Amino acid sequence: MLKSSLGLIALSSLLLSGTAFAQEKIKVGVTATLEGTYTVLGEDGMRGHQTALNVLGKKIGDKELEFIVASTDATPDSAVRAVRKLIEQDKVQILLSPLSGDEGIAVKNFAKTHPELTFVNAASGAQETTYVDPAPNFFRYNMDGAQWQVGLGKYAYETKGYRKIATVGEDYSFIYTQVFGLVLEFCGAGGQVTNRQWVPLGTKDFASVIAALPDDVDAIYLGLGGADAVNFLNQYQQAGGKAHLMGGSIMIDQTILSSKGSAKNALIGTIAASGQADTWEDPGWQKFVKAYQDSFPESKRFPSPSLLATNYYGSTMALILALRQVNGDLSNNQAKLKDALAKIEIDAPNGKIKLDANRQAIGTNFVTEVVDDGKGALFSKVVKVIPNVNQTLGYDPAVFAKIGLPSRTVPECKKY
Amino acid sequence: MARFIERHPAWALIVIIAVAVLAWLVFAIWPPGLEAAIGRKRVFLNAVLNGITLGGLYFLVASGFTLIFGLMRNVNLAHGSLYLFGGYIGYAISTWTGSWILSFIVAFIAVALVGVILQLAVFRRMEGQDLRQTMVTIGLSIVFADLMLWVFGGDFYQVQTPSWLIGPVQLPLLTAIKSSGEPVYLQYPLVRLVIFLASVVIGIAMWLALNRTRIGMIVRAGVDDRDILAATGVRIQLVFVLVFALGAGLAGIAGVVGGTFQSLSPGEDTRFLLASLVVVIVGGMGSIPGAALGAVIIGLAEQLGSVYIPTYAIVVTFLIMVLVLALRPQGLLARR
Repeated sequence: MLKSSLGLIALSSLLLSGTAFAQEKIKVGVTATLEGTYTVLGEDGMRGHQTALNVLGKKIGDKELEFIVASTDATPDSAVRAVRKLIEQDKVQILLSPLSGDEGIAVKNFAKTHPELTFVNAASGAQETTYVDPAPNFFRYNMDGAQWQVGLGKYAYETKGYRKIATVGEDYSFIYTQVFGLVLEFCGAGGQVTNRQWVPLGTKDFASVIAALPDDVDAIYLGLGGADAVNFLNQYQQAGGKAHLMGGSIMIDQTILSSKGSAKNALIGTIAASGQADTWEDPGWQKFVKAYQDSFPESKRFPSPSLLATNYYGSTMALILALRQVNGDLSNNQAKLKDALAKIEIDAPNGKIKLDANRQAIGTNFVTEVVDDGKGALFSKVVKVIPNVNQTLGYDPAVFAKIGLPSRTVPECKKY
Repeated sequence: MARFIERHPAWALIVIIAVAVLAWLVFAIWPPGLEAAIGRKRVFLNAVLNGITLGGLYFLVASGFTLIFGLMRNVNLAHGSLYLFGGYIGYAISTWTGSWILSFIVAFIAVALVGVILQLAVFRRMEGQDLRQTMVTIGLSIVFADLMLWVFGGDFYQVQTPSWLIGPVQLPLLTAIKSSGEPVYLQYPLVRLVIFLASVVIGIAMWLALNRTRIGMIVRAGVDDRDILAATGVRIQLVFVLVFALGAGLAGIAGVVGGTFQSLSPGEDTRFLLASLVVVIVGGMGSIPGAALGAVIIGLAEQLGSVYIPTYAIVVTFLIMVLVLALRPQGLLARR
């Protein structure tokens, strides 16, 4: 008995001295969807993260950043498990997490149980995460799904002349938020959304969903991502589908536009909106694309960074710059760092980003159209750039609150 | 058939009525009231056909699984990895040579070889130790998944469909009559029909091989009693290797099929492992007709579910599994 407790004491003192050594380092936990339907998205997110480290370096004054990566599968419980593991086992002080919508809501709620730590959202884009009961230690430097759709509804109605559309989307918070943004604007302009179909995340066989698409609409909006999107397009071509398409932010993205096979060709000419456009001429964006391309050999990356890479880049950049402002000071429950994060304005590759009172990004949005570069590679071409998009999408906050939270049926198709 | 009607007249009546209703739903022009209640006929017909063709794919995966289990009492939880590996091989071959047919042959041979190695190097050493085999195959499936992620990355791959298979064909099934009196026929993707026919052919060939040939007789005898079969002088280990190779090869072929009308990416291995587990639990472990029946039931449940109750579609297959386990735990068409 005595012997074993002695051993325990020896062991714990060893562990303690271990943490004493590690004080020179600042430990940051990162999560990405490195398994399941969104594997490709997670991988490219990590490439964006790595690009940021290559550009900015890991030094914070005399301290050095150490990153520990954990994998999730886009489900909220996997994200909380990964974050908990990073905090409890790896003793990270700061979290860069998570990637996907439902994960974001779960991690935000979890963040409240650790008010002493700092959580920087990596890429997730559900509205609820920062709009409803936000956590004071959770910061999001990317826009939410609804902000990423700003401009698309008007462009479809006014320029393309679409009057009636139907939507197909994955059944979870991020896509609800995307459809929310689209419907508000499209119906506000006078259009009609006649049918909203929801499919479970991870659906592989869309044949019946495709058969159930209405034929009396001008265009079909696709709010799908990852493997689901590729399967849909493949089966859509096999069924001989010919309708005009519109795309969500992770549908018209390099993760899909550079998939292997011919299914993606169904997307040429598709209009979409997102927090980035592949062919934007802005020098900051071009510099980022170059840094991304130089960081990885051609076979290990996409021709151009995906939205996930851009988001991970932006969030990593915000964190590093804020840490440098406070010289890596994490004392007093990281109060200085939190303060710096709330105030910082970053020159992200996809435009200037600052945070609102809920610590949610206000940024730039892009309406795009998919083009073929002539060599078989597809890119999203800028059609319109919309600066200063906030979370209430330009609505008066009181009016916006009345619309309700994004869900399968909210918002109604009408002018608010 | 006649005996079944004599023994269970009530059930027989229900089955006959169900078949008649289904036939009417498929062939008749739906009255407007029905269309208003459950949607257009085109959607229903598509969902039924999709369910059956998806069942064809599930059957290809599950038949190998059930064959291996039936003979060797060996739950190969790395079966999903064999599926995914076959798909990747098929993709590599079809992009390299441009031949879709060739990709099936190569995938079959390559994955069958992996099966032979697995049988010789792993399963033979732990014959009859269920728990050990289960743990080892789970471990192997994780190792395979990581190896494939390393080589092929997380990208989505699709086996290129040959151009003569792209696009829909017109089926002689009426979906509606236009106001002008012109009939509207059902359009259906050709590739799915071809794949379904191929899996029917494979299924019938397997059934014939098992029931009409000498090898099949040996395999069936092995399923019933391995020890007595070995005692009669049959080289049972060789039979094991052959069956394992065939089962694995079928998973490889299924991988190419899956890569053609769906896509290949990490995670597909566990999805298809789960699907084949559900299929053989519903159909009955070790029975080929059971695998066919289970596959069609699960395929139909998934597709009809995704159209008519999209919110709960994910639950339906498991609900069926639970019902079968509760009412007929040995599976619908179990041999014993």
